[in-house]
Amino acid sequence: MATAPDPRLATRNRRTMGIMLLVAAAMLGLGFASVPLYRLFCQVTGFGGTTQRADSMDGITAAAGHSLSIRFDSNVSPGLPWTFYPERKTDTVTVGARDMQVFVAKNLSDKPITGTATFNVTPTQSGAYFTKIQCFCFTQQTLQPGEEVRMPVLYYVDPKILDDPDNKDVQEITLSYTFYPVENGKKPS
Amino acid sequence: MTTITATPDDFSGAHAHHDDHADHKPGFFARWFMSTNHKDIGTLYLIFAIVAGIIGGAISGLMRAELAQPGVQYLQGWASMMMGSEANLDQAYHLWNVLITAHGLIMVFFMVMPAMIGGFGNWFVPIMIGAPDMAFPRMNNISFWLLIPAFLLLLGSTFVPGGTGLGAGTGWTVYAPLSTSGSAGPAVDLAILSLHIAGASSILGAINFITTIFNMRAPGMTLHKMPLFVWSVLVTAFLLLLALPVLAAAITMLLTDRNFGTTFYDAAGGGDPVLYQHLFWFFGHPEVYIMILPGFGIVSQIVSTFSRKPVFGYLGMAYAMVAIGAVGFVVWAHHMFTTGMSVNVKMYFTAATMVIAVPTGIKIFSWIATMWGGSMSFKTPMVWALGFIFMFTVGGVTGVVLANGGVDDVMHDTYYVVAHFHYVLSLGAVFGLFAGFYYWFPKMSGKMYNEFLGQVHFWVFFIGVNVLFFPMHFLGLSGMPRRYPDYPEAYAYWNKVASHGYEIMAVGMGVFFINLIWSLAAGKKAADNPWGEGATTLEWTLSSPPPFHQFETLPVID
Repeated sequence: MATAPDPRLATRNRRTMGIMLLVAAAMLGLGFASVPLYRLFCQVTGFGGTTQRADSMDGITAAAGHSLSIRFDSNVSPGLPWTFYPERKTDTVTVGARDMQVFVAKNLSDKPITGTATFNVTPTQSGAYFTKIQCFCFTQQTLQPGEEVRMPVLYYVDPKILDDPDNKDVQEITLSYTFYPVENGKKPS
Repeated sequence: MTTITATPDDFSGAHAHHDDHADHKPGFFARWFMSTNHKDIGTLYLIFAIVAGIIGGAISGLMRAELAQPGVQYLQGWASMMMGSEANLDQAYHLWNVLITAHGLIMVFFMVMPAMIGGFGNWFVPIMIGAPDMAFPRMNNISFWLLIPAFLLLLGSTFVPGGTGLGAGTGWTVYAPLSTSGSAGPAVDLAILSLHIAGASSILGAINFITTIFNMRAPGMTLHKMPLFVWSVLVTAFLLLLALPVLAAAITMLLTDRNFGTTFYDAAGGGDPVLYQHLFWFFGHPEVYIMILPGFGIVSQIVSTFSRKPVFGYLGMAYAMVAIGAVGFVVWAHHMFTTGMSVNVKMYFTAATMVIAVPTGIKIFSWIATMWGGSMSFKTPMVWALGFIFMFTVGGVTGVVLANGGVDDVMHDTYYVVAHFHYVLSLGAVFGLFAGFYYWFPKMSGKMYNEFLGQVHFWVFFIGVNVLFFPMHFLGLSGMPRRYPDYPEAYAYWNKVASHGYEIMAVGMGVFFINLIWSLAAGKKAADNPWGEGATTLEWTLSSPPPFHQFETLPVID
């Protein structure tokens, strides 16, 4: 017969099946848990050029004589009738010194529109050292019809970058933003 | 299990009905549609895999026809036929994406996996460990019958809108954002549901195999005495159990991104499409071992049988498979070298990938050592197994090339990659399948196949697939990208050669089907053990075909 007549075997089989179902369920859970874990991983390690965030510059001293070129890149998602550009294309900053760049956004439509910006830096290995103190990308921006705003970004490059062999050759870091429309039901994180 | 209240045996003799008269079969419908018998379910899986293989193989024929010359020859006509109205060029290109998607998904989920695991696994794992059946025969039935709706959903997706044209044109990887914002219409939803159901089927099957192998071995059949094919299915079952739920999670999030406004993979809402790639390949890399490991097991049995020697380094062979399975979970990002990784991450994934060459090398060398000094006979199963070893080694070598993060920056998504994975799958896994099919055909059917036709099949197929896939190395090295129906004149020559290779291969498949039909209709009756003293596993102790219920009294292994 197909199943064994031995009831002990049937019990053992059911227990094995239960354990295996738990393993499968755990892997399924891990699959979903990977969403917050991946975000955390990127934030902590700067993976994929994820920039860092700080409230102040306490304890950071500028490394005089070491400067980097910072290039600013701005994009607008199709479907968002805005213009969006940095006031200057590049800055040269001393490593560990605070710098400010102003981005200008203008709503070209006749409706108020809310947008949110995603960001990263390249080369991606510099993400762990590129630290923002203040950024328009931390919150959503709502622009009235025809409104133009000037939005500052306050940032510095952590001097620890000078000790990282992977960043030894880095002379220029590009900070890139893309503005997306915030649609109903789509929550930015 | 159900108790049959009255059978002819009850009236005819002193023994109980399920004792030694084990060949009492239910009627046709009950036997094949409500089957709980592992051998019948295995047969159903094999028939299913052959049907799916014909469809998937025919699709690759369409692709080789289109690729035989530069320019777009047929796609627009085919697309017009499917849509019932004149198709524009974009819709023709979309049809191309649909064809590559369907070919990949069908061959992976509906041909190789059902044949290897569902077919040969169901047929021979219980017999080889001396068990009367699988641990959960009804779950086994569910596993098989889930595949049918899954396959129908995938085939049905071809006839509903999928964005630019009809069907799901996402590639088998279903990457976001092409599969989310890039493919409006229900086709991709149907394809995703198809994967869900096929995945559920495989997870249930995997649990069944693990339970059977852990709990139902005959007395004396310790884990370290199990035939290597059983070991390979055990490792495969664990890979399925650990990898498929991750795919299920990943594609569930695709579905909600598509239909319910979530943004798991949408940068506009704070998600990341690269996360999908990580999740997919965390499943996808073990998946390629899922397809090849049972082939390793089959080849080990065959090489041992036809060399008349036990497998060289049995424990090393078993644990090499375990090692391949384990390391296979930590190398996934070598499929994603071009997604922007730091040098250190690339270094790790390169090194970890190359580590897999070590247990794989152990297997290749042990097969050679098994043959070394053996009394070899080159029957059809053996030549297929030798073909497997040769082709898999070629694919393994190009795999080591591609494992290098720096080299992959150049080779990524070129035909070199296509050549590589067809050498390990189309020429590896498929050769393993044919080897197993010829090896066990006499046992499963009770009829001998035709040895001459089997040899002809092998040689024509072997030449065909090599003419088909080897030129793809050249195309890839000179930069031809994969997944395009058109190409510059410079690639015309080797594409022409490859398409002729397909024709040769197709002739070989014709020989196979002639052999199959001829043997089933008029094959000589097979002996219980047609392979002689080299065939030492338990299936050869039974009649050919085996009784409907075997091992009512468990065999004892010393």
